[in-house]
Amino acid sequence: MSANGSQSNRAHTLTLQVENRLGVLARIAGLISAKGYNIDSLSVAETLDPTVSQITMVVHGTESAIEQTVKQLNRLVDVIKVIDLTDEDHVEREMVLIRVNAEPANRAEALRIADIFRAKVVDVTPRAYVFEVTGDQGKIEAFIELLRPLGIQEVVRTGTVAIARGSKAVTRREARAARRGGEAKAAAERDERAADEVSVLPS
Amino acid sequence: MKLTGSEIFMKSLQAEGVTTAFGHPGGVILHAYDVMLDYPMQHILCRHEQAAAHAAEGYYKASGRTGTCIVTSGPGATNTVTGLTDAFMDSMSVVCFTGQVPTAVMGCDAFQEADMVGTVRSCTKHNVLVQKAEEMPRIIKEAYYVSRSGRPGPVQVDLPKDIMMGRAEFTGYPESVRLRGYNPSIHGHPGQIRKAAELIANARRPFIYGGGGIVHSDGSAEFTELVNLIKAPTTLTLMALGSLDTSHPLWVGMPGMHGTVTANMGMIHCDVLIAVGPRFDDRVTGKLSEFGKNCKIIHIDIDPTSIRKNVHVDVPIVGDVRLVLRELNKELRKIKRDWAQDQAEWYGQIADWQAAHPLRYDQRPDGAIKPQHAIEHIYRITQEMDPIIATGVGQHQMWAGQYYRGRHPRRWITSGGLGTMGFGFPAAMGAQAAFPDKLVINIDGDGCFQMTCQELVTCVQYNLPVKTFLMNNRYLGMVRQWQELFYKGRYSAVDLSVQPDFVKLADAYGAAGLRVERPAELPAAIEKAIATPGPVVVDIVTEREENCFPMIPAGAAIKDIIDAGQPVSDALFQGWR
Repeated sequence: MSANGSQSNRAHTLTLQVENRLGVLARIAGLISAKGYNIDSLSVAETLDPTVSQITMVVHGTESAIEQTVKQLNRLVDVIKVIDLTDEDHVEREMVLIRVNAEPANRAEALRIADIFRAKVVDVTPRAYVFEVTGDQGKIEAFIELLRPLGIQEVVRTGTVAIARGSKAVTRREARAARRGGEAKAAAERDERAADEVSVLPS
Repeated sequence: MKLTGSEIFMKSLQAEGVTTAFGHPGGVILHAYDVMLDYPMQHILCRHEQAAAHAAEGYYKASGRTGTCIVTSGPGATNTVTGLTDAFMDSMSVVCFTGQVPTAVMGCDAFQEADMVGTVRSCTKHNVLVQKAEEMPRIIKEAYYVSRSGRPGPVQVDLPKDIMMGRAEFTGYPESVRLRGYNPSIHGHPGQIRKAAELIANARRPFIYGGGGIVHSDGSAEFTELVNLIKAPTTLTLMALGSLDTSHPLWVGMPGMHGTVTANMGMIHCDVLIAVGPRFDDRVTGKLSEFGKNCKIIHIDIDPTSIRKNVHVDVPIVGDVRLVLRELNKELRKIKRDWAQDQAEWYGQIADWQAAHPLRYDQRPDGAIKPQHAIEHIYRITQEMDPIIATGVGQHQMWAGQYYRGRHPRRWITSGGLGTMGFGFPAAMGAQAAFPDKLVINIDGDGCFQMTCQELVTCVQYNLPVKTFLMNNRYLGMVRQWQELFYKGRYSAVDLSVQPDFVKLADAYGAAGLRVERPAELPAAIEKAIATPGPVVVDIVTEREENCFPMIPAGAAIKDIIDAGQPVSDALFQGWR
């Protein structure tokens, strides 16, 4: 049986901790492109530890292809940790800046929509507003759809950033590795998972 | 103590224990070559940087010590790309130092500038640009550690000219490596090893499929013990030849596209496949949807990305082959079972396949030399001399895999994954540099040899007495075979009948040349080549259109194997297909 059998192709949110060094992002991007995949979104920045960068990456692929990709990313010397958050309890956010037409007839409508989505006005001219809004992908798409009839001039998105819920991030990945590969020390990780607090805030 | 970057470089190599490097100097690396004169390291001046990279591979494969390669920027560095890619595909431990233009002009299209860190990123295990001379000892230590540990692979280190010429504080070579993102797991999981042992204990038709990981982990003794413990028929991939003595009664030959019918049949008819350090390459599995349908698969590999990459695996074990086998053998020793008795029916099936489809060819005493016959003769005459065999890529390589029955690990050097024509001769040269007193044989084709034969003069200069046996069919033989079988015999760009006189060529380089045209002349010529000091080229003029069989056509399933030009009879699949 082929390992790459027919499986659904869906978006996976990967979060990586990498050495904050020259060429690391290029190596990661090269690995993904060498497999013939496109990166849907990418966000990179330094963490609390200035020698470590955090990358959030959204990639489409089948379960087995993504599992293979995660393993290959882990194999890179400068990659410290890779977590596939897709099936974990996690929070995803994206920030968007949108310039919409603000003709006298629809200025009030634009502000009403912005208010519903808790968007901020960050720039205003007699003919346009620039809104800033954060949210998960569903909210962003809905906001854009509602503004579309008013005339959107420009949309700039940061790409998704994501974080696991709960008090610790590391244990989740190891628990997952244990379930998937059967290779990690499952018992130790079960204990850690039990100790992990369960988060109750709604997304 | 303040030293120049080049001094720090040489001190680091010395501390790392590098005694031999293969390379070629040029503009921006001159400062390092100047300092090199004050250090005892042997530098072998290859005539082309591609050969330097292949020589470093051969040096590693034969000795187990990381091969070192030093070249200049731009064209010097880009010439190593084929060698680095070859090393990446075949898990060869090579560290390649490339010169780079000064940091101030990087990115400005300076003379002989190439973005090498960018260029070889996808064909190296790791690569680094040195930005401060102070960091060089740590970077070199890490380069050698990363290259040889875990699944071995090539590492490139880019050395800008200003870093090499500038002065920096040298505080010694680090003793240990700390890389938080790199920590290969070498010990297999005990639970998984027990599961594997249980599966093997209940197998009726076990089959062992050994791969290159056995060689890289130096696990041949443990592997042989596994074979002897469970008495399962065993095949070894092209990369693993020599890991089990071919005189072993359970050895059934090489698997894959040009493997034996028995090895291939074993792969698809077994009930438990024990994969020890292979990577389920498409040249072995054939059509993936038809592979491993009726068996459970145990896969031991140090690289987690190799596992379940191509085929479904029931019991994956991530770890170093040697260490995992030690534990697995311990578990298997506890099992009370008459292994041979329980496999009687399986042995019967194996014997039927072996009887119906042995490796064979038809040599007429007065006819042209069959390449298989020539290789068998080389084997008969040299087998007791424990030679190192290197090959090029193509028909002669497959025949060498079939007929040169290697008996020890690290005695077989070939380009498997990348299939790099021209690999054999420089790789043999590298192996000879590691073992100056050993017999090193390059079994090559006339097409391959013409790609890297300029290294004959390197062999003469450094007294590296590689013996090259050319299977000269005046064709790009494997391509011609494919054109004959799959392109209606329309030969396109494969005729090499216009070629140099290889005897005169050897002579021109200061090496010895011999030509053999009749089968009867073979033994004497082989003996003479081995007895002649220095590098020798034996031009063996062979049958032009001999085909390499058995053969599984590309993309076909193993069951579609062709032997001696005919499909394998359905009768042999009865009860199994």
